Amino acid sequence: MLYVQGLSTHIGKIQILHSIDLHVHQGEIVSIIGANGAGKSTLLNTLAGLYFPSTGKVTLEGEVISGLPAHKVVRKGLSLVPEGRQIFSNLTVKENLLLGMYSRYYKEKNQAKDHIEMILDMFPSLKKHIDNLGGNLSGGEQQMLAIGRGLMSKPKIILLDEPSMGLAPKIVNEILEILMRIKKEMGTMIILVEQNVKAALKVADRVYVMEQGNIALHGTPEEISMNPQVKSAYLGIKMTS
Amino acid sequence: MDLVMQYLVTGLTVGSIYALMAIGFVTIYNITGILNFAQGEFAMIGALSCVSFVNLGLPMFAAIPAAIILTAIIGFAVERTVIFPVRNRSVITLIVITIGVSTFIKGLGLIIWGTSPRTLQPVMKMGPIQLLGAVINPQSLFIFLTVLLLLAVLYVFFDKTFIGSALRASEKNPRAASLMGINTSSMSALAFTLAAALGAIAGIMIAPLTDATYEMGFLIGLKGFVAMVIGGVNNISGAVVGGLLLGVIEAFSGGFISTFYSDAIAFGVLLLMLFFKPTGLFSKATGERV
Repeated sequence: MLYVQGLSTHIGKIQILHSIDLHVHQGEIVSIIGANGAGKSTLLNTLAGLYFPSTGKVTLEGEVISGLPAHKVVRKGLSLVPEGRQIFSNLTVKENLLLGMYSRYYKEKNQAKDHIEMILDMFPSLKKHIDNLGGNLSGGEQQMLAIGRGLMSKPKIILLDEPSMGLAPKIVNEILEILMRIKKEMGTMIILVEQNVKAALKVADRVYVMEQGNIALHGTPEEISMNPQVKSAYLGIKMTS
Repeated sequence: MDLVMQYLVTGLTVGSIYALMAIGFVTIYNITGILNFAQGEFAMIGALSCVSFVNLGLPMFAAIPAAIILTAIIGFAVERTVIFPVRNRSVITLIVITIGVSTFIKGLGLIIWGTSPRTLQPVMKMGPIQLLGAVINPQSLFIFLTVLLLLAVLYVFFDKTFIGSALRASEKNPRAASLMGINTSSMSALAFTLAAALGAIAGIMIAPLTDATYEMGFLIGLKGFVAMVIGGVNNISGAVVGGLLLGVIEAFSGGFISTFYSDAIAFGVLLLMLFFKPTGLFSKATGERV
């Protein structure tokens, strides 16, 4: 379980997040949708330890992880696949993957090979590029690599910040299928932040809608997609009365 | 022809020392974004502490590693005491701090070693050798070979080891590196330690050729800086070529024009580079696929 209670974040003097409450159950995919500037990325970055919250508490499987710096949060089992993929373009695909398990590399050095094999089975398109530089991959392959790298630390929960950004619909579907596989085969909890609302609703077990740093709505994908506000604002469906 | 060969050998020798300094600059710059103006002072500490260790009776083969380790520790201490506590400030603040560190260390050097130049005996004591028409000082050969060996070690360290890949990742994208679990602030300490050790080696190498004084760091630091600018700030192999090139330019201009102007010519090269190719000769076009 991931529990977020009353989480607020300031960047400089501006308050971006206003007392956010949310939770993720074991084996759940939770999607967070919302307009540009609603605070979705700030929320993920705060959970991952890139920003320190000004108030509130985050616990993962009962352990408090709020207030820890990013490199320690990973060790506690939370992995963020950041917006824009952030592949190490000067490193090979294999080196990128290995760095994903940096926190456990020295302990589990001899399992590294098996672990990479497992990730490559999930992302077969990376196989032929294993010794190529990350910067030379296509956008879709880079996103696969970013997710694979995020999984290398064997996280309890993985957060994905706009994985569909700039990708063709076919590849977006591939990524959604992979998320379903991660949920089923690894039992990893997933938080998916998306502008692509249709995609986000498709795979989610539950959905949060963010507006101006607050959680505005919360429910199952069916409930959320029936909500008249969501319909007009995010799904482009005109209301007729 | 013999003369050309002679200048080339001299240039490559001095140039390989500049290359070491430039690698020190590049390593710290890429990991922390800081231009470390105290890099020259690391060379000074290396050279003068090596002289002191020899005067204390240590044999050369023990004095050299002792001086390198001492300087590396000082590099580490500098990062932990003055850089780490203010690491979230602007890069300009941090650069100004390194200027302060440079002045401080220079002052300390003056108190400890005084103003008179110290000589360091060359490691190789045999007479000059003839090679391809040039008369080669064995010390030059020793410097050149040591630097080659060192470059090979650095290549393996950066390119073939796991910790090297973590360093390169932190260079490229510190934020993403921290998401992998890499403690980027310990990478910054590692960079300062490594750069200090490289500076010390450069200082120890050049001391038998030029003598060592408490103010030697300024010039050798500036030369290393020029070498880095020639090669491009984000590129270790560029730094090496930049260093060698600067050494050769200096040697030839010293030989054919006048040694009196060789420093002026080196800085002329710096200005030309900054005017016409500020990203360095070897910087590739940078861009990210999104």
